[in-house]
Amino acid sequence: MVFRHKHILGIEQFTREEIHFILDTAESFKEINSRQIKKVPTLRGKTIINVFFEASTRTRTSFEVAAKRLSADTYNISASTSALVKGETLEDTAKNLEAMKPDIIVMRHNASGAPHYLADRCDFSVLNAGDGAHEHPSQALLDLMTMRQHKGRIEGLKVAIIGDITHSRVARSNLLALQKCGAEVRLCGPGTLLPTGVEQWGVPVFHRIEDAIDQADVVMMLRIQQERQGKTLLPSLREYAMYYGLNRSKLSLAREDAIVMHPGPMNRGVEISSEVADGPQNVILEQVENGVAVRMALLYLVSGGEQLEV
Amino acid sequence: MMKTLIKNGRVLDPAHQIDANLDVLAVDGKIAQIAAGIELPDAETIDAGGLLVVPGLIDIHVHLRDPGYEYKEDIVSGTRAAAAGGFAAVACMPNTNPINDNKAVTTYIRQKAAAEGQVRVYPVGSITKGLKGESLAEFGDLQAAGCVAVSDDGRPVTSGEIMRRALEYARSFQLPVISHAEDLSLVGDGVMNEGFVATQLGLRGIPWVAEDAAVARDVQLAEFTGARLHIAHVSTRGAVEIIRAAQRRGVPVTAETAPHYFTLTDEAVRGYDTHAKMNPPLRGAADVQAIRDGLADGTLSVIATDHAPHHVDEKNVEFNLALNGIVGLETALPLTLRLVEEGVLTLTEAIARLTIGPARALGLPGGTLEVGRAADITLVDPTCKWTLDPARLLSRSKNTPFGGWQLKGAAALTMVDGRVVYQR
Repeated sequence: MVFRHKHILGIEQFTREEIHFILDTAESFKEINSRQIKKVPTLRGKTIINVFFEASTRTRTSFEVAAKRLSADTYNISASTSALVKGETLEDTAKNLEAMKPDIIVMRHNASGAPHYLADRCDFSVLNAGDGAHEHPSQALLDLMTMRQHKGRIEGLKVAIIGDITHSRVARSNLLALQKCGAEVRLCGPGTLLPTGVEQWGVPVFHRIEDAIDQADVVMMLRIQQERQGKTLLPSLREYAMYYGLNRSKLSLAREDAIVMHPGPMNRGVEISSEVADGPQNVILEQVENGVAVRMALLYLVSGGEQLEV
Repeated sequence: MMKTLIKNGRVLDPAHQIDANLDVLAVDGKIAQIAAGIELPDAETIDAGGLLVVPGLIDIHVHLRDPGYEYKEDIVSGTRAAAAGGFAAVACMPNTNPINDNKAVTTYIRQKAAAEGQVRVYPVGSITKGLKGESLAEFGDLQAAGCVAVSDDGRPVTSGEIMRRALEYARSFQLPVISHAEDLSLVGDGVMNEGFVATQLGLRGIPWVAEDAAVARDVQLAEFTGARLHIAHVSTRGAVEIIRAAQRRGVPVTAETAPHYFTLTDEAVRGYDTHAKMNPPLRGAADVQAIRDGLADGTLSVIATDHAPHHVDEKNVEFNLALNGIVGLETALPLTLRLVEEGVLTLTEAIARLTIGPARALGLPGGTLEVGRAADITLVDPTCKWTLDPARLLSRSKNTPFGGWQLKGAAALTMVDGRVVYQR
């Protein structure tokens, strides 16, 4: 397969075949991560800048590790150190970066559509590491990779995504990727955290976690942001944990071999209890491990892929 | 004596139910005669063959940005754009800097418009001092200085009590109150219409009920006080239904919509196009249909542009940071004529929504062709086809979502007080 995407802005742009192709590519990179010397020369001479306008530890580190293992030169800019805090516009920031001739900009931004804005105006490849409440494609791909490893397939899997659907880019990207790959997605959350028009995605929507989890193959818990508590969306995290938190008894409604996922960072005791987070069905750290492989694959593919030596 | 004779045109004056091939004679800035076959060799003659001769168009909702934001627009550039769009008169909103909440600002606008403007400018004063929603502006003073209505446009009057008192006080001066109807607590930090498109794009939504709830409150207050209320930029189905029901039971309420609300849906936001960002936001298809129905049955008797010029730097940013609004003066006429083409409005109705409708809503002179009245006349070429190039707009700002659109119909000539202020 020829990978024709210059930018990776969202799962929206991919076909089912492309998603599996990316996962296959990631599988082939996974082995590098367990070698004694975890480095290949594939992207030697390539310049990758991680521009994070929003706090992130996991994703930024994952992208940086991925790039370094492929021998690319990487640089990090975060909001607190960037000129943005000095009032520079996103376009000016982008044009200044462009003048330094990077090959890839990996960007996280709190504004939905910010990576599209960059892609429209600049020469380099843009890799979306999360934009507002829109998409987080590398997260969805690493999630699918983890599901595929455990279940051997994506098609036909019953996947329950539970929590703050409205504000979650992880939920959107996973929903799109899973739908394209033929999984049966269920969404669940309290009415205040389900977005308007959610039913138009054509998936069942539940208000009771028990109904959503019933016979599920995969239970994906979303992070509840602490700042939602006590405002208009949630009365308290205590009540949220009671009705929407995943504990062992609720998990027992899922299939016996169900896996439990979480994109991190977790609020133990809120959306997920420690007994489940550390329990035998959790695959949370595998997700993190696969994240490096998926991001290696994405950096490799947007760099021209097949012509490069692995 | 200055005599101008407009010959061979199709005169269309909805207020008098005139639709006939007639000639119009203007003498010294006033309409002197409307009749068939006027011959007057010493008059300057304009051949209006193939053109519509209609009352000068009136736009009762524009932002001229003067004083204070002249980098976006000023009275000179704004009225030039108005003339090019066929408008002989505009009413300008008070959210300038300083705010038009006192007679000094009103007087400045009036004097600058008289000296340098191309078309009539009717200032709208603010309802509350500083648009703060706290205490009433001096309506009597504003009116004496030339304000034709009051509005806190750009912001709703959040307090029901203040809105009630504004209506009661305005009633003593027979001054219409224009409501920017939005419940801000429901708007929250929304940046586009709440619905599936917003959900897909991951953008915060503004629900239609934010507009409906505020329109309902203000309509009830108009009924309670008996004061003249005009609802600005109606964009939702619910608002149309509330206004229609109120009009049927005799509440003195009129309402306007803008061309973008009957032309575009929130689908236009896809791709994060900041030229599709406005307030109220572009709505869904059912709302667009309801707006069209409301125009057709007269619930919405006014098409106004909400002409909102913004500098390119204010739009060339992330979607959630972009300012709201688009320029509209130079596209309103062809977009309205599309409704005729699509069978939504008759030609007479379309012209009425741009002339007598707005004149009556604010109690303005004009909007009709009458002997003895000012010769404010627009010649419309209903068939010419053209492509909108934003760079060629006369407005100082170019923020339009209609760039590249193939449009049909344009103002061929605009006349104010018998003086030609624009000719295509």
